[in-house]
Amino acid sequence: MQQLADRLIDHGFLSGLPRELGYVLVVAFFAFLMLSFIMTVAGVTSWLERRVWARIQSRVGPNRVGPQGALQWLADGVKNIMKEDIVPLAADAPLFKGAPYLAMMGFFGAFAVVPFTENMIVADINIGVLYVSAVTALVVVGILMAGWSSNNKWALLGGIRSAAQIISYEIPAALAILTIVLFTGTLSMQGIIREQGWAPWNWFLFDNPFTFVAFFLFFISALAEGNRTPFDLPEAESELVAGAFTEYSGLRSLLFFLVEWGNLYLIGAICTSLFLGGWQVPHFTENGFVLGLVQFLTFFLKAYFMVFVAMWIRATLPRVRVDQLMTLCWKYLVPVAFANMICAALYFAILPHGSIFVRLGMFAFGLGLLVHFLNRVLFHLRRAKPELHFSPIV
Amino acid sequence: MGYFDNIRESVRTIFEGMAITASHMVRKPYTIQYPDRVDVRVQDTLPFRYRGLLDVDLEICTGCLACERACPIDCIVIDAEKDKNTREMVLKRFDIDLAKCMFCGLCSEPCPTGSIHHTPEFEGADYSLESLIRRFVKAPVVAYKPIKGPETNPEIAPLLARGLRYLDEFASPGDAS
Repeated sequence: MQQLADRLIDHGFLSGLPRELGYVLVVAFFAFLMLSFIMTVAGVTSWLERRVWARIQSRVGPNRVGPQGALQWLADGVKNIMKEDIVPLAADAPLFKGAPYLAMMGFFGAFAVVPFTENMIVADINIGVLYVSAVTALVVVGILMAGWSSNNKWALLGGIRSAAQIISYEIPAALAILTIVLFTGTLSMQGIIREQGWAPWNWFLFDNPFTFVAFFLFFISALAEGNRTPFDLPEAESELVAGAFTEYSGLRSLLFFLVEWGNLYLIGAICTSLFLGGWQVPHFTENGFVLGLVQFLTFFLKAYFMVFVAMWIRATLPRVRVDQLMTLCWKYLVPVAFANMICAALYFAILPHGSIFVRLGMFAFGLGLLVHFLNRVLFHLRRAKPELHFSPIV
Repeated sequence: MGYFDNIRESVRTIFEGMAITASHMVRKPYTIQYPDRVDVRVQDTLPFRYRGLLDVDLEICTGCLACERACPIDCIVIDAEKDKNTREMVLKRFDIDLAKCMFCGLCSEPCPTGSIHHTPEFEGADYSLESLIRRFVKAPVVAYKPIKGPETNPEIAPLLARGLRYLDEFASPGDAS
């Protein structure tokens, strides 16, 4: 980033400008690029999510706007922008108006350290993962602010629930991240990815049994932090109307939903960088551009697969109760994460560089699980004898 | 249940649940994409005695007013007079206010010829209440008079056959076709 800015200012497009102004322009340009990218991903996710749920529920889903409904998110966005922006009379107007932007900031800031390829990262800071868990906590402030300033009981309950939930689940998430950091010795996102390889058995997911457990701990906690079903208590429609977002309309409510769907991609991206090998591909060509493209696609698809899994979970599991949510966190995830981390530390003390046999064994175990899973899917298909339709196009 | 049993049980059940939803992802959706993306018009797939919008076959209406009397909300208005010279029933008015009609089917039950009947048509949306009043008599017509033996008029016979079938199939659930 900085080299690029320096180059542009010294003998490029921005030559002659004061250095500080040049930096600001370059940063603003890249922030704009990133924002457009994330918004597009979030929008497409909103459509794809509805299609995936629909197929799981034997429906079709939105399929009228554009080919197979692929432009539904644009139509929804335009509709929301044209809606009246209502601020309730009793609401605390400045807080109410500012809350969506704060939530937006918290989630968008995290993308500064998402490593899309080997070179494509806004800032490869040496505390990358810590920065992610710190800056995404800003979303809580936004949601709590929205809940408080709406002057509405539902919104307030939603905001409080969200705060309690996100703060609680930070702990198992951080412990799971710490398990990985134990093996890498660095918090930098690129550093963590460089510790892994392109082959699945070189990923941290299959590095040893403890990172395997850490992956699931992290994914569950990340779902809870992103307010996703089965942990979407802050906006539980059946109990709280829309929770903290009850009083929001038009563009402001749209921003909250963008945060929710963008967060989904962020969860996928962090999972991919920490556990699934990030952008790692075999070094098959000297052409930097082609290599970068393949790395980008690899990273994007891995992250999007995790997004798909989150959609799938949302269509599968019912919402938990508040006390169940807290039980799951404090009685199960936190102790398991602690025990897991201690075991991982012991493993690290015995085998500092891991063992290829453990890796291959874990990979075989993962494959076995996958085969068993497919077996169960086939069993359910055989038992129900439904009409099959494999194509996603309906 | 113990602590570890809880963990094992939730992992097992979530695994199984995910397998079930995954199997649903490759099943054919049940949705009928009414109105424009269907192979056959939905109206054509409905049973013969489906209670949609009312229709009257004026050619076989005897002018007996049984339907008008049966209607619990008076949405049927019939003017039938006996012509002094020809001694025939003449229908001057046969209006059905579909805005009032509640599709109960009580009018089609007492009809002796099956003249008034429900159709499988259900797309009745319109812009005003007035246009929902169906006026079946354009100009005064002579009411149908049943004859002894089978109907011989080739124009009326199929209508009558249809009407009687409509009556026959009444109250015989199970073999609706």
